[in-house]
Parts: sequence; structure tokens; C-alpha cells
Amino acid sequence: MSVTEKDVLHVAKLARLALGDAEIERMVPELNNILGWVEQLGEVNTDGVEPLTAVIDNQLRLRDDVVNDGDCRDAVLSNAPDAQHGFFAVPKVIE
Amino acid sequence: MVSDYRIKGETGEWEVVIGLEVHAQVVSNAKLFSGAATAFGAEPNTQVSLVDAAMPGMLPVPNRECIRQAVRTGMAIDAKINKWSRFDRKNYFYADLPQGYQISQLYHPLVGEGEVTVLLDEKDESSARTIGVERIHVEQDAGKLMHDQHPTMSYVDLNRSGVALMEIVSKPDMRSPAEAGAYLRKLRAILRYVGSCDGNMEEGSMRADVNVSVRKPGDEFGTRTETKNVNSVRFVMAVIEHEARRQVDLIEEGGTVAQETRLYDPDKNVTRTLRSKEDAHDYRYFPDPDLLPLELDDAFLDECRKSLPELPDAKRKRYELMGISAYNASVLTAEVETAGWFDALLSNDVDPKQASNWVVAELFGALNRLGVSIAECPVSPAHAADLLKLVADGTISGSIAKTVFEKMLESGDPAGAIVEREGLKQTSDTGAIDAEIDRILAANADKVEQYKAGKEQLFGFFVGQTMKAMAGKANPQIVNERLRAKLS
Repeated sequence: MSVTEKDVLHVAKLARLALGDAEIERMVPELNNILGWVEQLGEVNTDGVEPLTAVIDNQLRLRDDVVNDGDCRDAVLSNAPDAQHGFFAVPKVIE
Repeated sequence: MVSDYRIKGETGEWEVVIGLEVHAQVVSNAKLFSGAATAFGAEPNTQVSLVDAAMPGMLPVPNRECIRQAVRTGMAIDAKINKWSRFDRKNYFYADLPQGYQISQLYHPLVGEGEVTVLLDEKDESSARTIGVERIHVEQDAGKLMHDQHPTMSYVDLNRSGVALMEIVSKPDMRSPAEAGAYLRKLRAILRYVGSCDGNMEEGSMRADVNVSVRKPGDEFGTRTETKNVNSVRFVMAVIEHEARRQVDLIEEGGTVAQETRLYDPDKNVTRTLRSKEDAHDYRYFPDPDLLPLELDDAFLDECRKSLPELPDAKRKRYELMGISAYNASVLTAEVETAGWFDALLSNDVDPKQASNWVVAELFGALNRLGVSIAECPVSPAHAADLLKLVADGTISGSIAKTVFEKMLESGDPAGAIVEREGLKQTSDTGAIDAEIDRILAANADKVEQYKAGKEQLFGFFVGQTMKAMAGKANPQIVNERLRAKLS
């Protein structure tokens, strides 16, 4: 698999990153190097090996259906660049 | 039975193929991955934990009840329950999704294939259709955006962010708006019986993405469009009609249907493009590293199964075996509250058939007039049973029962007390009845002549006159007997 400038632009758009031409140019070989390094894993024969879902042998813990959190609006909004009337206020988005 | 619903085009008839993805909000106290409350209508951002606000380092822990409700829902549609499932991240940026991804289940859903059987005509078993369900998975709901509160800003309320949803994905098995409407209504009824979703479409507890394509009968599936977030049965049916027509016209004019996401505008009754395939989201799903696979044991599944109530189809069949008509059985089981009220009525040892007729005709009529739901019915099932028994044992006539019922609705008093107080007991006193009959026959000598000459439909007139004279309280059977004797 080889990454092109188009791929870099696509991934950047999905990540909401604005990249300049120089950055795009630099990203193409960088991403290709990373992918190439990861693709070395393809050399290992994994026939009959179960996919690894977690590195620790542990069970997923479930929670009881109890309300014991929330009701902390000030804390939740405290890092927001803008908050009005108890809402986060963001630049108008209508899809 | 195959649907004969067709769109008539210039090149012939077209068949419509429909699949629905229903998002149903799970009934739970707390959210899917946090301990924040789920109640509708709270002040903005007061039901948001730091997990829901996606603060760095916060970790999700699944709510057992949400998993349980989805499993119970799967069991209610005879679906395969996957004892091993997993959560995946669906990545996209939007202001209502602070994590930047939704935790969902793409590759290994909790619930596999099941089915829902619907009746297109409540009176007719042969109108049954079985609609396949592909899967049910659980996922987080997003927050709510308000665009009309400020000229340049959108307001974000994260109260709904992280509330558990079940996404119930049907197979492309529906072929008409009526089938899709029946499926959605039946699914809603099942969810409400199970208690896994309140089915309140106005509050957004249930909403559907509607997939529509058209084809010439027998051809391969055409290209489908998906109309998002449709929030009523009526609108779902309107979307299908509109979208099928639009696609047929487009194809016949030489165009091609684009695979795209559309929005429905109920005010104008049109759908319009939301985004085309080129702009389609690239969600880059991958297993959520914050969550281990979800593994369920037999004890958990057994408890889920045991906790299921009698479901609409089983209840309908049971009612029919009691002698209740197919139509009444269907109407009485359509809503869980109605069925619950009727079961309570039956538990008071009333005749099922008589009771069902009374509920469907009298009680529903009264509730309609009063504009209240059955949950708010001013007459209890026990009091209603007393009324029905007074009719069954001949204490009052059917027509007097209507009067008594009106007074019960007004006063809340039991039927027996009203009958006593107002002197409404039916009389079988043949002396009194005979006296009235003699008077009426004497006063209508001409009609008696006509009757005897063969105009038999006048019999009803004599019955009516006698009942009127007795203020409705005469036993109709005795009136009939005495009249026949005197007119023969």
C-alpha cells in the first residue's frame, strides 16, 4: 500500500487538519514509512491464530443502572471557549 | 403473500424495496457508559458527566441494564443473541459529539438475525407478512444542537449525549408504505411491551432511517437512498411514497439514482439531498481500545428470557382462543396499556367476548370523547367488571348500561350504587310490562292491523314504544315474548 498526496489530503480533512503544500509533501513519505514498518507484520504467518482483543486477560466489567454522576454543569462548561445560558456555544453549524 | 403495491411509470410498473434502520432509545436510569441521568426535558447540560463531555482520561463502563434491555428486545423478536460482542469507534467530527467518535457495534453486534410478523389487515390472518431483522446493536446517542437561538452561534446540549440507543436494522423485506408502517407500529408495540423503549416518537425516543430503492419486478435491487431521522409512522410512509415516485421519474427521464443521504421536510412533503456519496463520511471504524469484548453468560441470558412479558402475538392468539374476534383481539393488544387494562378486566371473571365488545365500542368511544388515554381512564377495570356483570345477570339492560357508564365516568361511583340510587334496575315485572303493551297496542290499532296483515317489520316499532314507555328498564326478552303472544 502506498500513500498519495490525495490520501494525505483526505485523511487531513477527516481529522480537520489544514495542511500547507510543504506539509503535505513531507507527510507522503512519512506516512509511507510508517505503513511500511507496520506492514512487516504481514510477514508473520497468523493462520489459526485468534485475533487479539486485549492484552490483559480480563473480563469487561459492567455498571449498575444507578444515577451517580452528572449534575456538574459548571465543571463541564468550564473549559469551553464559549458558553451561553447553560449551553456550549459554537460557530453556527447546519449540515 | 407478495405485495402488489406498484408505482406506475411511463415504462411500466415499478416495485419499491424498503429497509428501515430504527434508532430506539433504551429505557434506563443512567447512560450507556456513564452514571449521568437520562430523563427527558432537564435543564441543558445538567445530565452530563465528564465521561459524556469526553474529558481526557475518562473511561467508559457499560451499564448492565442497557445491555439487558437490548438482549430482551432481541429475544422478543426471536433473534440470535451473540454471547460475545464488541464495541467499535465510529469516527466523525460534529459539534454534538464531543468524543469525536461514537461508540457503536459494527463488526460484532449484540443481537443477530430475528423477525417481526405484521398484519396489514387486523381482521385477516392471511395479510400477515414476516419482516426480517438483520441485527440489533447498542450505541451512544449524540447531543442536541439548537440553531435558532442565536444569529451566529449554535447551542449544544449534551444531556442526550451518551444515552443508550438500540439500532434495529431490518432486511430490505418491505415492498409498500403500508408494510413499512405496519412494521414500525409492530416494532414499537413490541418495544413497549418489553419495556426496553418508551416508543415516544414525538420526544425522539424512536426515529427511523428509511432506505428506499425501486426496480422492475423481478430485477436486481436498484440503487438506494437513505432518508435520515424520520420521526413518525406517517412521515415514514410519506417518505417512501415520495422517494419511490422521485426515483421512478428520475430513471424514466434517463437519469440515475445517486446513492445518497437525504432529509425529509414534513412541511413541504419532499426529501432533499443531505450529502452525496462523494461527501459520505469515512468513519474509519476500529475496535474501541477502552472497552473489552462484552461476554454474556447463560445465567444472564436466562434472567433476560424469564423477565419477558407475554408479547402481542401470543396475547392476541390467547384472546382469540377465548372467543374474542380477530379484530377486537388485534385492537386490544396493539398498545401495552390497553392490553394491561383489558387483562385486569378479564381477571374479574367477566365474559371475554362481551368484555371485548364493550371495551372496543363503549370504553374507547368514551376515552375518545374525553380525550384521555386508557392509563387516565376514570373507571377502573374492577368497576367496569361490575357494570358488565350487572348486564350479564340481567339486572340492567344494555341500553341502561350506557347511561350507568356515563354516570360512572362523571362521578367515579361504582355501577351498583348508581343503579340503586337512580332506580335503573331492569324490571321483569310482567304485570307492568303487559299494562304498557296493552296501552300501546290500543293507541296504535292501525299499525296492529298492518302488522297482522303481514308488515312484520313493525314488530320493532312496538318493542321500541314499550321500552320507551318503561324508560328503558323493561327486560327486552320479556317484552319480546309478551308482544309476540299478544300480537299472534
